[in-house]
Amino acid sequence: MTFAHSISSRRYSFGSLRELLAKATPLRSGDVLAAIAAESAEERVAAQFALADLPLARFLEEQVVPYEEDEVTRLIVDTHDADAFAPVRSLTVGELRDWLLSDEATPERLAGLAAGLTPEMVAGVSKLMRVQDLIAAGAKIRVVTRFRTTVGLSGRLSARLQPNHPTDSPAGIAASILDGLLLGSGDAVIGINPAGDGVEVTAQLLRMIDALRERFSIPAQSCVLAHITTQMAALNRGAPIDLLFQSIAGTEAANRSFGVNLSLLGEAYEAGRALQRGALCADGQMGGNVMYFETGQGSALSANAHHDVDQQTLEARAYAVARRFQPMLVNTVVGFIGPEYLYDGKQILRAGLEDHFCGKLLGLPMGCDVCYTNHAEADQDDMDTLLTLLGVAGVNYIMGVPGADDVMLNYQSTSFHDALYLRRVLGLRPAPEFEAWMEGDGFGRLALEACHPERLLPA
Amino acid sequence: MSGITRPIIEPIAGLAARLRALTPARVGLGRTGVSVATHDLLDFQRCHALARDAVHAQLDAASLARTLGAIAGGSILRLHSAAQDRATFLQRPDLGRRLNEASRKLLEERARGGSCDLALIVADGLSALAVERHAAPLLEELLPRLRDWKLAPVCVAEQGRVAIGDEIGAALHAQIAVVLIGERPGLSSPDSLGAYITWEPRHGRTDAERNCISNIRGEGLSSVQAAAQLEVILCAARRLRLTGVALNKEARLLQEG
Repeated sequence: MTFAHSISSRRYSFGSLRELLAKATPLRSGDVLAAIAAESAEERVAAQFALADLPLARFLEEQVVPYEEDEVTRLIVDTHDADAFAPVRSLTVGELRDWLLSDEATPERLAGLAAGLTPEMVAGVSKLMRVQDLIAAGAKIRVVTRFRTTVGLSGRLSARLQPNHPTDSPAGIAASILDGLLLGSGDAVIGINPAGDGVEVTAQLLRMIDALRERFSIPAQSCVLAHITTQMAALNRGAPIDLLFQSIAGTEAANRSFGVNLSLLGEAYEAGRALQRGALCADGQMGGNVMYFETGQGSALSANAHHDVDQQTLEARAYAVARRFQPMLVNTVVGFIGPEYLYDGKQILRAGLEDHFCGKLLGLPMGCDVCYTNHAEADQDDMDTLLTLLGVAGVNYIMGVPGADDVMLNYQSTSFHDALYLRRVLGLRPAPEFEAWMEGDGFGRLALEACHPERLLPA
Repeated sequence: MSGITRPIIEPIAGLAARLRALTPARVGLGRTGVSVATHDLLDFQRCHALARDAVHAQLDAASLARTLGAIAGGSILRLHSAAQDRATFLQRPDLGRRLNEASRKLLEERARGGSCDLALIVADGLSALAVERHAAPLLEELLPRLRDWKLAPVCVAEQGRVAIGDEIGAALHAQIAVVLIGERPGLSSPDSLGAYITWEPRHGRTDAERNCISNIRGEGLSSVQAAAQLEVILCAARRLRLTGVALNKEARLLQEG
């Protein structure tokens, strides 16, 4: 079956749902690179009209990546909740946008809908939404997770402290952790991207953070973002693993290029949960979310694993993978991939808000690495804009990198100061457990010891 | 109205210097309210400006070819990728990996001389600045180490990515291709040069089949160090007839063996 729409006597037709979604996507360089983008602004808007008239039920009949070839498609289809879908099953994609923005779409009803929506439906509706729609609908959805802190509550903004060092020097990493903690970062996670992928380095860094956490009674969780198999090996050797991290994507082939599949992620999830290292959180619930995922538009295309599906739809499919494992944290690393996928500040801005909205609507605790590389047409002003809009949209957390300059990964993210700025202008507070710690004895002792950062290292 | 007080920029005296001694990260920044102090703000902008200028700098290929010609003692082949300008290059990595028609024809004519051991290719990549600063000094150190190698004419490729060396090396019937290329500028490294070594270069080679020496620049790896490392890798590649992950593995086995 084809989809069609006419504009000023010219008829545009689209041969498949995959093609319709790609052509309806607001312009971005990655879809042009993949040769699947609309060829004119008129064709794009024609596709958006056709998409708006498409019944949501149609998404259950036609898959953008074949069921037989792809375990992510099988996951999406096999776990679809028909009861949760029932309230919207008679709507078109355009009517879903209208409903999401209506007063009837309360936070409670939106939360109940998540399991009934597929990533493709959510990606589809986002393509009909302007930036303010993505913010308005996204801001209604709260996804709260717990480990030692509670992240995602209304009126709160957390930060991942990202203390990377070019050679994984423990002293250098400790210096950045100290700087970040004193500036109120780290309530989402203290998460290090290691320069190497060794088991011993991973275990050593985890032990260092754990010792610091115990000594100053910091309510925080740690993570070393090595490959999941490296973290599992460290876990098996007794390293203090809090959250287990992995980069994921929206097709089986793209995940294979990352060296993972659903079964491996399932093993990691079970192993992490079995450790029971979460704590009693501020509301009396035990912290039990143990996974941390990163995603980003364009990753499937860069692995040549995109099946001619547009990069934003594939990004939403990655969220189906993530939600399977009830993660503590999920963030898109929106501008990291480079200008061949998201060319400039305008494309990065929209993508960041799309990812936040789609993730939240699918029930994920979305954060965002607001970032860019030096070969993208973007600068700090673009990041300030996206950062502020995400704050308004209710993002769960952002990154805290010293001075926004990641000296290991060589890209620019957001700083400890950026998180403080956002909290101040929007009246947001850190996670409740972390906020209480900052007002107490542990933080005071840390500030006193800070003048001798070398003493913070384990002997 | 009463006068103003200058804000305290360093809340814990002496902490910034202690932290900075431990890491190149931007720790211990001056703070006013919750914002970064002016000096640190401008230092960031300065670094970003250098990186941006490096990305968008146009390689002076004619001048570079003259300099390299004097060092290599022969003619230099000037080539261009299928990406006609910087904006295209940045959005279409596939075009940066291929030669344009004119360059392809030029290579066909020059390749009639038969096969060679090594093709040296200098490409602007993401930093023309890196190439202008470090390509000539590196070749000056490298060429004397390669006296018993049969070299193809040195090539200068504009708007080129690493894989453009595969097409060039194949056209020149070279056993190994070395691409010296400007790396993506970081905030503290606008002029970092990389060297990629590929055994039997041809279309479709993957990054796993190459060896790489990175961070060749003033504050990183010196030309002398880089030339020495390149010589070691080139000799190992010629002996074992491969490059990439497999070469690293062999090298580890030899060390352990």
